[in-house]
Amino acid sequence: MSSPEAWWRPSAGIATLQVRARVFSAIRAFFARRGVLEVDCPLLSAGACPDPQIEPFVVRTADGPRYLHTSPELAMKRLLAAGSGDVYSLGHVFRRGEQGRRHNPEFTLLEWYRTGWDGERLMGEVAELVAEVFPQARRRAPERITYAAAFDRSLDVDPFRAGTDELADAAGRRGVSGSGDWDRRTWLDWLFAEAVARDFAPDRLTFVVDFPPDQAALARLRPGAPPVAERFEAFWGDLELANGFTELTDANEQRRRFEHEAAQRRARGLDPISVDERFLAALETGLPDCAGVALGVDRLLMLVCGADQLAEVLPFAWDRA
Amino acid sequence: MASYSTNEFRAGLKVMLDGEPHAIIENEFVKPGKGQAFNRVKLRNLKTGRVIDRTFKSGESLEAADVVDVELQYLYNDGDFWHFMDPETFEQYAASKAAVGEAAQWLKGEEMCQVTLYNGEPLIVTPPNFVELKIVETDPGVRGDTATGGTKPAKLETGAVVKVPLFIEEGEVIRVDTRTGAYVSRVK
Repeated sequence: MSSPEAWWRPSAGIATLQVRARVFSAIRAFFARRGVLEVDCPLLSAGACPDPQIEPFVVRTADGPRYLHTSPELAMKRLLAAGSGDVYSLGHVFRRGEQGRRHNPEFTLLEWYRTGWDGERLMGEVAELVAEVFPQARRRAPERITYAAAFDRSLDVDPFRAGTDELADAAGRRGVSGSGDWDRRTWLDWLFAEAVARDFAPDRLTFVVDFPPDQAALARLRPGAPPVAERFEAFWGDLELANGFTELTDANEQRRRFEHEAAQRRARGLDPISVDERFLAALETGLPDCAGVALGVDRLLMLVCGADQLAEVLPFAWDRA
Repeated sequence: MASYSTNEFRAGLKVMLDGEPHAIIENEFVKPGKGQAFNRVKLRNLKTGRVIDRTFKSGESLEAADVVDVELQYLYNDGDFWHFMDPETFEQYAASKAAVGEAAQWLKGEEMCQVTLYNGEPLIVTPPNFVELKIVETDPGVRGDTATGGTKPAKLETGAVVKVPLFIEEGEVIRVDTRTGAYVSRVK
């Protein structure tokens, strides 16, 4: 890989790039058959999500700073509010600092929205799409498990109630390293990655549903004891493939969440991100009830190609781009 | 001293952890799509050789360790310290028994060694990959036996004991791989 004469060469082999192109075609055919409209939203936009866990690249333009989109979500919801009906987007998104075996700061995201659907129904379509390009997924039906049940199964703790001490104990029992100064959310994320997801079956899709409300992102909350976010995540083994929501349509609640996230960014010393007022205005006008999901196409290609690293399926990974 | 953020972590980077110098062996980025980013890091304690796993939240940083690798010539040992010299500046360094460790059994004098300096003091001495040493003690050779593949112990002039083929005689010079302690060949 690092021999000097190879430094200009692609990260992926040409045969892999042919598979990649076939997968793109299969995805477009899948949605064409189902009457879902392809849309291509701007890569550079004036507003962005203030999520403190996702850093956008900021680009200087003649008209001030713009953000390279971290997902097409906000623009696609403006299309939905404008009456587009079902839409999908297949294109590159950008997340600063996310580089590793399963990450590349620029990657290919497939995102789609179904009006009148909820997350449960959309999970079925995610499974169909994955099976379309990765036939091995047809052999076993997906597993559906709640976030709480998955933690209980792997670690014998209740992720909705356990305090940091209890989570640290569970980590110790499992032999997972950590740090005493972590907060609850940090422990939950780490335990999920290092223990819970590693217990998912290696040969079937796993859908995790009903996340804690503070991990709702842009998902609707379902009242109950405890209330849960109508958010789902799809995994193959411990490889995260997709994240979806029954979408939050309440503009006031959305603004509160953005303000809460903006405060978290300030507390962590992160750069402020301008609130996307056009998106909030669209929500105020009215987002139809819908469900949406974003799927990492390069991750899916890792499965199709049996690749161990994301770079193996990218024409030019970050270190060669 | 400079510090390194998790996004600068690379294999080979020398950092301070719990007040001791460590070398990064592996660094893996782990992040749930909607969650905290982490770096799962494997480090080797340069003093003890112990390998540990640590997890950092991405964006955290570690102080750089003042550690450099230099090529020094071994001169002699005075019973307490092994003395080395930089052949260009003639600057001398005294390495403790702990720093020399297993390397001592391969050194007779004048070898060029890789010495890891921590705050200017020798921390680890790595002998040359191959050394040529005389056998001072071994059972008599079995003439012509080059085929059976049998071996016998042989004591070298530095005190090290290695396994050699049966036909090797006392007084011969042999080539040894210091990384494995294995006999390589006779030196004529």
